[in-house]
Amino acid sequence: MNNSINTRISPATHADPYGWLLTAVAVVVAVLVMPWTSASLTIGLACLAVGIGSWFAARAGAFKNDATIAGVVCVVSLLLLVFVAYPIGRMLLAAFIDQNGNWVASHAFERFFNADVWGTGCITGSVRCGVAINSMTLAILAGGLSTLFGFALALLAERGAHRNKVWLRVLSILPVVTPPFVIGLAIIILFGRTGIATQLFSEWFGVPRSRWIYGLPGVLLAQTISFTPLAFLLIGGALRLVSPTLEEAGQVLRGTPWHVFRTVTWPLVRPAIANAFLLGFVESLADFANPLVLSGNFEVLSTKIFFAIAGAQQDASRAAILALTLLLLTVGVFALQQKWLGNASYTSVGGKGDNGVPAPLPKGVKWGAIALVTPWVLLTVIAYGVILVGGFVKDIGRFDLTPTLAHFGTGFGFNFDGGLHLTGSAWDSLFTTLGVAAVAAPLTTAFGVLAGYVVSRHVFVGRRGFEFLTMVNFAVPGTVLGVAYIVAFNVPPLEFTGSFAIIVLCLTFRNMPVGVRSTVASLSQLDRSLDEASATLRASTSRTFIKVVLPLLRPAIIASTVFGFTHAITAVSAVIFLATARHNLATVYIAGRVDAGEYALAIAYSSVLIVIMLCCVLMIQRLVGSADLGRRSAVGT
Amino acid sequence: MAQTSVAVEFTQVVKRFGQVVVLHPLDLTIGKGELVTLLGPSGCGKTTLLRLIAGLELPSEGKIRIDGRDVTGMSANQRDVSLVFQSYALFPHMSVLDNVCYGLTASGVKKPQAVEMARAKMELLGIADLGDRLSSQLSGGQQQRVAVARSLVLEPAVLMFDEPLSNLDAKLRRKVRQDIRDLQQSLNLTVVYVTHDQEEALAVSDRIVVMEKGRIAAMGNPHELYEAPATRFIADFIGDANLINGDLVQVAGQHFFRAAGVDVPVLPPKGMADGPVALAIRPHRIRLGELAGSVLPGQVLRQAYLGSRMESLVATPLGELLVFSDALLSVAGVGEQVGVHFAPGDARVTGR
Repeated sequence: MNNSINTRISPATHADPYGWLLTAVAVVVAVLVMPWTSASLTIGLACLAVGIGSWFAARAGAFKNDATIAGVVCVVSLLLLVFVAYPIGRMLLAAFIDQNGNWVASHAFERFFNADVWGTGCITGSVRCGVAINSMTLAILAGGLSTLFGFALALLAERGAHRNKVWLRVLSILPVVTPPFVIGLAIIILFGRTGIATQLFSEWFGVPRSRWIYGLPGVLLAQTISFTPLAFLLIGGALRLVSPTLEEAGQVLRGTPWHVFRTVTWPLVRPAIANAFLLGFVESLADFANPLVLSGNFEVLSTKIFFAIAGAQQDASRAAILALTLLLLTVGVFALQQKWLGNASYTSVGGKGDNGVPAPLPKGVKWGAIALVTPWVLLTVIAYGVILVGGFVKDIGRFDLTPTLAHFGTGFGFNFDGGLHLTGSAWDSLFTTLGVAAVAAPLTTAFGVLAGYVVSRHVFVGRRGFEFLTMVNFAVPGTVLGVAYIVAFNVPPLEFTGSFAIIVLCLTFRNMPVGVRSTVASLSQLDRSLDEASATLRASTSRTFIKVVLPLLRPAIIASTVFGFTHAITAVSAVIFLATARHNLATVYIAGRVDAGEYALAIAYSSVLIVIMLCCVLMIQRLVGSADLGRRSAVGT
Repeated sequence: MAQTSVAVEFTQVVKRFGQVVVLHPLDLTIGKGELVTLLGPSGCGKTTLLRLIAGLELPSEGKIRIDGRDVTGMSANQRDVSLVFQSYALFPHMSVLDNVCYGLTASGVKKPQAVEMARAKMELLGIADLGDRLSSQLSGGQQQRVAVARSLVLEPAVLMFDEPLSNLDAKLRRKVRQDIRDLQQSLNLTVVYVTHDQEEALAVSDRIVVMEKGRIAAMGNPHELYEAPATRFIADFIGDANLINGDLVQVAGQHFFRAAGVDVPVLPPKGMADGPVALAIRPHRIRLGELAGSVLPGQVLRQAYLGSRMESLVATPLGELLVFSDALLSVAGVGEQVGVHFAPGDARVTGR
């Protein structure tokens, strides 16, 4: 026997190659991504210092002697502080600085609470309402309508006679691959003053043409179309979890279908409906693209912030105040949601298989749902139809349907005389966007997975604060973040703006919460005993992470990467301030075309983006397939 | 509506799911005040049959009558039956009292009266003081009693239980099954009970309906089914049995079971033809004793002391037999030669 007692391996002394592997990868990535400026050098050195410091701290006993956890927590915290806390904090301060650069506390106060923002004059008189009031009105309406339609869709999809998986796939992909401005453009083309539908109604029914969509109606329409899939996913998921056996019990207890729906199904789905409303509300507040195109004289916070910086005023302080207002609103709603709905869930994730048959919908509810869903589906199909067709015809706005590739030519033209020349005007922004997305997506995933793992599997001092920092970006609207980055990184000590890196970093940390959340959710399904088994077999934390946890996190990794990639492509509100002539982004370019009235080119470009994103999403899903690993069934039995 | 003594009547009922036939043409009658147990292995169709009575499934063919009325096309909420689900299916967002009142309010009974009726039944089941709790705040046994109260308060013509003991721990099962039986007898309820546990079925039933692969394999009271199983399946399924394949022969007017060159005297059922049969002997009917005068010689292979009995595996010319003996009167140890004794009446002859 070779393994005699005398050669027992002592855990404390064997080397940790996986820990070094992680560190090496991090260093290499950092060197490749960051530009060689003084700012990034500073940050790089700080990270190094913190990393080394944490290693010593771990040896001294902090973080339960776990150097890997210490390193990850400290370095990621540093990065979060620099790229999340610092910009927002700096923006908060900027609110208190007046025109002359003096620190005036009262300045903020009077700017904050003036009628321009909070006035309710429009209700009683003919004066325009404050921006915040407008935003909230729009948000309430958009949240309510999208929840209503989402609920109807969910009922039909989960309890209707034709329970179709197709619904689910299509509606779950739509919001992910739709670039901004697409819906807004479609609405203008259909219902604008010279829109297709407007023309038809004017010819057939004598309805006078008007600019009715420019204002609350148009934005509300666009937002309802866009947010309904989100509400559908949320409510549909909850409906699926309502045990059909409960509905059967209701039936057996003499309940008519309507009685059972009212007393059993509805109360159990109510929390999800409230959740969906709040989600729609927050999405509406943060929405930038639709108001930019359709709001007309109806000012909302997100666009007003934009114009405060990009318009003639150029008042960063004013923008900061408005951004602060918007931030407080969204954070307030999130806090509300946590308090009221955080744990209100009656869903039963039982062990015993539920072979009950869900009750059919009561007749009235079914027809009501169909009545609601049909116009939504029609409108959505027509809108996307307009987009897909619009790039290929001369002028869809004037119903000139002669096929042409001229628009694609303008944007993506190329010729072959003397080598490949890319003559189209859109190539630059496309390459930059794809480049940014390709770098930001893996980074998002990496940070998200690391942070998620550390937060859910280990306990350490300051864990709550760390968790908060990672999730804060959820509540921060894109415009606010964009302004914060301008304010913080335009000037020393960390001058970054105008670089490729800053766009990547902004998007990375903006989308990180999704990586964290999906990792935490996946890990909650994985039995903790896997980690513990690995530890008792002498594996270090980094080895456990790389060899045991990471492979089982495949679904979370895929979801996070796909999301990070598509969101990087479709982001506009956060990065519209950071794009430059040298590093232009697709969405910013499209915004410019829309502004100039070149709708056809904007549509053509959008179609290209949709196709690219669809291909990526479908390809990844097909390649990796249903990565349903890591469930209990994989262990033991 | 005639006053009948028949609570449930199935006439040539068939149930198909798509192309799969889950219940073959089936006739069944359940009398009033009876506790009938549907017993069988997983997939035999017993739960489907229960759901057909409840109205949660409709038959593909055939007729169902409850209390004399034809209910074949009626949905669940129109029938006068009640079902206690395996998972109890208590409404998590309602208090216990609201759960129990649910069926009454759904039938149009006014709230105050419903509450009174509910409280009476909760009193009967010993859960009177749990009215304000939520189901998540109750133990498994309490949840079950709430589920029973909820169904009982409607005073249905037929009360059904779907594997009621499966969620309870072993100690509680005996008590609860006795409670159910007591309740049924004191209120003279008609109960249809589904289980896969044959000991449970034997303990509580007036009549057991044994099902196999969508058909009724046998029907009878517990005593009949245990002591005189008609088929090999029944013998095997109910209670433990030693099953040996062999042939039924007659020698000089006497019946013998012949296998492996050994002849064992048996009393076959009337009218059974000679030929291939199976012999079923209950383990506790076999006595281990002297070799002299025994039916078969044997050698003890293994023994296990179970406190209440000694289980022995004995090798005989007919195969290995499982024998239960009194633990204190152990006759032979492992490896020893022993005589296997049983009377002809203790061994049952069934078809192969």
